[in-house]
Amino acid sequence: MKGKVWKYGDDVNTDVILPGRYLSNYDAKFLASHAMEDIDKEFAPNVKQGDIVVGGRNFGCGSSREQAATCLTAAGVQAVVAKSFARIFYRNAINLGLPVIQAPELVEKLQKGDEVELDMEKGTVKLMRTGESVAFKSLPPFIMELLRDGGLIPHLKKQMAEKKGISQP
Amino acid sequence: MPKGMTIAEAILARAGGKARVEPGEIVDAKVDRAMSHDNGALVAKHFAEIGVEKVWDKDRIVLLMDHRVPANDIKTAEGHKKIREFVAKQGIPNFFDIKEGICHQVFPEHGYALPGQLIVGTDSHTTTYGAVGAMSTGIGATEMAGVWATGSLWLMVPKSFKFNVKGKFPKGAYPKDLILKIIGDLKADGADYASCEFYGPAIDAMTVGGRMTICNMSMEMGAKSAICPPDKKVFDYLKGRAKGKYEPVYAAKDAAYEKTFDYDVSALEPMVAAPHTVDNVKPLKDVAGTKINQAIIGSCTNGRLEDLKEGAAILKGKTIYKDVRLIVAPASREVLLAAMKDGTMDIYVRAGAVVINPGCGPCLGAHEGIMAAGERCISSTNRNFKGRMGDPASEVYLASPAAVAASALEGAIADPRGYLK
Ligand code: SF4
Repeated sequence: MKGKVWKYGDDVNTDVILPGRYLSNYDAKFLASHAMEDIDKEFAPNVKQGDIVVGGRNFGCGSSREQAATCLTAAGVQAVVAKSFARIFYRNAINLGLPVIQAPELVEKLQKGDEVELDMEKGTVKLMRTGESVAFKSLPPFIMELLRDGGLIPHLKKQMAEKKGISQP
Repeated sequence: MPKGMTIAEAILARAGGKARVEPGEIVDAKVDRAMSHDNGALVAKHFAEIGVEKVWDKDRIVLLMDHRVPANDIKTAEGHKKIREFVAKQGIPNFFDIKEGICHQVFPEHGYALPGQLIVGTDSHTTTYGAVGAMSTGIGATEMAGVWATGSLWLMVPKSFKFNVKGKFPKGAYPKDLILKIIGDLKADGADYASCEFYGPAIDAMTVGGRMTICNMSMEMGAKSAICPPDKKVFDYLKGRAKGKYEPVYAAKDAAYEKTFDYDVSALEPMVAAPHTVDNVKPLKDVAGTKINQAIIGSCTNGRLEDLKEGAAILKGKTIYKDVRLIVAPASREVLLAAMKDGTMDIYVRAGAVVINPGCGPCLGAHEGIMAAGERCISSTNRNFKGRMGDPASEVYLASPAAVAASALEGAIADPRGYLK
């Protein structure tokens, strides 16, 4: 899917991705409307389905709030690419079906506003500005399976259904 | 011969039903206990989506409310109500309503954190329980719903770091200053995915509370877990508290650590983390004199009795600066009771502090003690991210309770050593 790049620096923490003052409301659309607002007021009103958030080192450090991943998926973000991730954000994103791609070289190549095409299955990002296609290290198979299922909840549901021997609707 | 295991590796091997594990390996680990706070409402919502009727083991789940207590808006009240309903429906015995205090204080106080155990919590500072020799780590709400359903989760065996800490803390320097110094050195991602183990005479001499401060804040350099080898102090602390039997786990003599760091606290001075990142650490003297509007003593990092006493020793018989708001939030009801009994609270109230109920209070900027644009706070909490305590244009400095108290007296960031005999 094609999308636009939103680029940020190192140590983007979960307090700025989704500030604590919005945590008591679980409505995903509400959360999306406040995503990133403490570091980028332009993000929430302008982000489009399929856009990609790009960060530097240690993206998603800080609190364990999974709303930091929820607000991004609900805003339409198709993946986060970073030089490295903080571990809880990494897990939360996968559990919520948001692909997280650790690819330092790719981060260097991407600029704010770039149009890109991401293919998770192939493990490539095509950069429209230069026509270049950049490969990244693919995620372990069981994480890809979680992502294909749409996250941990649908994945567990599927597993339970398989255990009971009934097919998925 | 393969090398022996670190504490984290040994605990994960046991939890994963394996004889040994290697860093990088993924284990399907059975958890000993699972903790959630106010976000338990979100966990319950996801749990319902999975579609299982009953939780895997109601005795292993601990639920409490601490982040926004008493409820400060309707949404929070609804969340709290959902938790109470869930607790009643599932018959969860280990539940603490709004009165008890902060999860990371209440959980060990009530003996749920035990040496050798694997504990997960829906809070990043779940690393705190490493102070009693547990491997404990933070997870998200969706993942916790999975744990409630199955009792297990996948975990990657982390690489382990070893910190050897020697020396005697000089006057005015505390475990908080040590961990700030370490975070300043390693930076916010210096221990990403790693399990940090703390050894040495300075750790041995530390109270269990001091170790909690260290393990709590290790999260701020990305640690997956932070563990001190359990000793007699821990066993004494657990006497009359421990819920169930436990088996301490230690590292093998030849355990393999990816990195080793040596620290000597003998010359440690008061430190601060300046806005807006926890790794922006400086000696306090570099920022002394910076005007403040608010000062906070509390949180899971430094809200225990010893922390409150540390601040009270400086405030005794004095009045805080006229333009400063000093907020004191005891970490738990047990702490508050003890601080009332020994006169600590008396000192604070007389000095002009606002004492609030045990809980997270102003720490996460979601409940009270919120700051306006342009305001500045010095706080004994653990995070100073932009907007953490209110308006994104407000500022938070992190320091020890002693430094916070000294600053509250002067209306500006102040060195506590001038007030200590
Ligand atoms: S006191 Fe602060 S850091 Fe600790 S659990 Fe509460 S909000 Fe989190």
